[in-house]
Amino acid sequence: MSQTITIDPVTRLEGHGKITIHLNDQGEVENANFHVTQVRGFERFSEGRPFYEMPSLMARICGICPVSHLIASAKACEAIMSVRIPHTAAQLRRMLNLAQMVQSHALSFFYLSSPDLLLGMESDPQTRHIFGVVGAKPELGRAGIALRRFGQHIIELLGNKRIHPGWVVPGGVTEPLASAKRDEILGMIPEAYANIELALRWYKQIAETFAPEIEVFANFASLYMGLINEDESIEFTDGALRLIDARGEIVADGITAAQFPEVIGEAVEPYSYTKFAYYKPLGYPEGSYRVGPLARLNIAKSMGTPMADGELSLFKQLSDDGPVQSSFHYHYARLIDILYGIEKIEMILSDPLILDKHVRATAGVNRLEGAGHAEAPRGTLHHHYKVDENGLITWANLVIATGQNNNAMNKGVLQAAKHYVKNGKFTEGILNRVEAVVRTFDPCLSCSTHAFGQMPLAISLVSAEGEIVDQVIR
Amino acid sequence: MSKLKLATVWLDGCSGCHMSFLDMDERLIALAEFVDVVYSPIVDTKVFPDEVDIALVEGAVASVDDEKKIKKIRAHSKLLVAMGDCAVAGNVPSMRNPIGPEAILDRAYIENADVQQQIPCVVVPKLLRVVRPIHEFVKVDVFLPGCPPSADTFHAALTALVTGEPLDVPALTRFGA
Repeated sequence: MSQTITIDPVTRLEGHGKITIHLNDQGEVENANFHVTQVRGFERFSEGRPFYEMPSLMARICGICPVSHLIASAKACEAIMSVRIPHTAAQLRRMLNLAQMVQSHALSFFYLSSPDLLLGMESDPQTRHIFGVVGAKPELGRAGIALRRFGQHIIELLGNKRIHPGWVVPGGVTEPLASAKRDEILGMIPEAYANIELALRWYKQIAETFAPEIEVFANFASLYMGLINEDESIEFTDGALRLIDARGEIVADGITAAQFPEVIGEAVEPYSYTKFAYYKPLGYPEGSYRVGPLARLNIAKSMGTPMADGELSLFKQLSDDGPVQSSFHYHYARLIDILYGIEKIEMILSDPLILDKHVRATAGVNRLEGAGHAEAPRGTLHHHYKVDENGLITWANLVIATGQNNNAMNKGVLQAAKHYVKNGKFTEGILNRVEAVVRTFDPCLSCSTHAFGQMPLAISLVSAEGEIVDQVIR
Repeated sequence: MSKLKLATVWLDGCSGCHMSFLDMDERLIALAEFVDVVYSPIVDTKVFPDEVDIALVEGAVASVDDEKKIKKIRAHSKLLVAMGDCAVAGNVPSMRNPIGPEAILDRAYIENADVQQQIPCVVVPKLLRVVRPIHEFVKVDVFLPGCPPSADTFHAALTALVTGEPLDVPALTRFGA
């Protein structure tokens, strides 16, 4: 008699997903799937709209990483306009993107995952949340809230609004940086350093106690992809894409946004509204790869900032040979990203041209197709548009980070489920560990859950004919 | 005084309203003195509790599951707040309404896919023909527009709801804010 364990909704996730674990007659895990249960159709309903509306419309895909959509979308529009944006506009956008990375990573690490890391995977689910963290270790919880506030407040200072700012437009940004705002950001930086240093110190103390989880949390060989500069340092806003294999060898390099569709394809699985990206020369699913903090740090040879470079060399030591493979290490990579983000924002603010008034290029339609990419906090984001002579969108396609991690998340859920669920036996803590695998990737799903009217944790005993013969609900 | 039970729910939205809720930052810690967050994407409760005092609902109703959800939330909540423009008026999710779900799904999973082109249908919920705001399904007690409503708006509104003071929404926010 086969069984299915359903976790619905997966909680402490940016959006709602669902996990099903399929057991065979012997109670051993045979398969497991991670389901994304929402689709909204941006690729279709943007058709007919003026291309210059796209950044602010596409930002509404996601309230967590709207800035990445603003930037990837504006870059696709700039390809259509055939303009190169002013230096200062590029620097200001880079700072905006880094501020978003800091706030989003703070959400992922402190609000969503630190309850597992501090209170324990098996701790009481009633208090396993950010308020529980603030209660048990106030300085850690408050550091997380403050780091998220740091990123969000910079976005507000630059774009006049924390979520969905209208400041990024095709051609650059709508207004230059005022010196008072620059000084305010500079004034916030010492507190941000203190908070990330506290978090890094704490994480390094507890990381080794999670050795068993590190072993089975999506710990396998894969390809990795991310943006990189010409000097092989990490990049979030410009640069070109590099793909490396499980030994760290370069598989493809210098991939521009325009070349992306030649290299990356998308597959559909019947159980998820999120597609599965793959490297075309290897086909699907062999060409599946990972993106995000782990991938970026595996690819980059340096961070280009002194303190983050020190951490990067420690990160690289997690693997004796080649890339770091366990997705558990996304957590550490995320903290290193935050440290880099703070350092880099400080560097950008010392650019002598940062207050320059030339921040926007203007042009009409000079090309009928354009693509743009950027690193969202959770991985590479690609926007691709076609327009008519009037600049109205005729076609659009988006490849989001979560789609690029989709295969690895599914494999990771299966790996952990096989390890923890034995003889059909499981506890709440075991299922929380399976959910925690997904949390390491920090997937950004938009919401909508499944089967809400039913008990969300149910085991159905299904006969060979597919009939439900028994149901255990708790 | 026992704490009020607060739930926050995402239907078809971008999560921006939830992020704006979190933008209360350290004020969240003070808020936790008066309310318990009993159901939310940021806590581990899997079942919507039987009795909730205040439910903040983000997003429009777009799938058969959203419809089941909003009815269950209404049945178990004393006060239901439509949080943000998607919940209040449909907003961006309802931009698919003139097109219909078939064309939306075709574009995403047939035309814009390279292999295994198919419309997902296992476990994932069926889409409704049109996306509609939540008051078209259930009674809404408070409309809090904005894309998203600001953290200050959340703070002022929740303070009023917790203390029973009058709540002047137009003074706080507007559609598209």
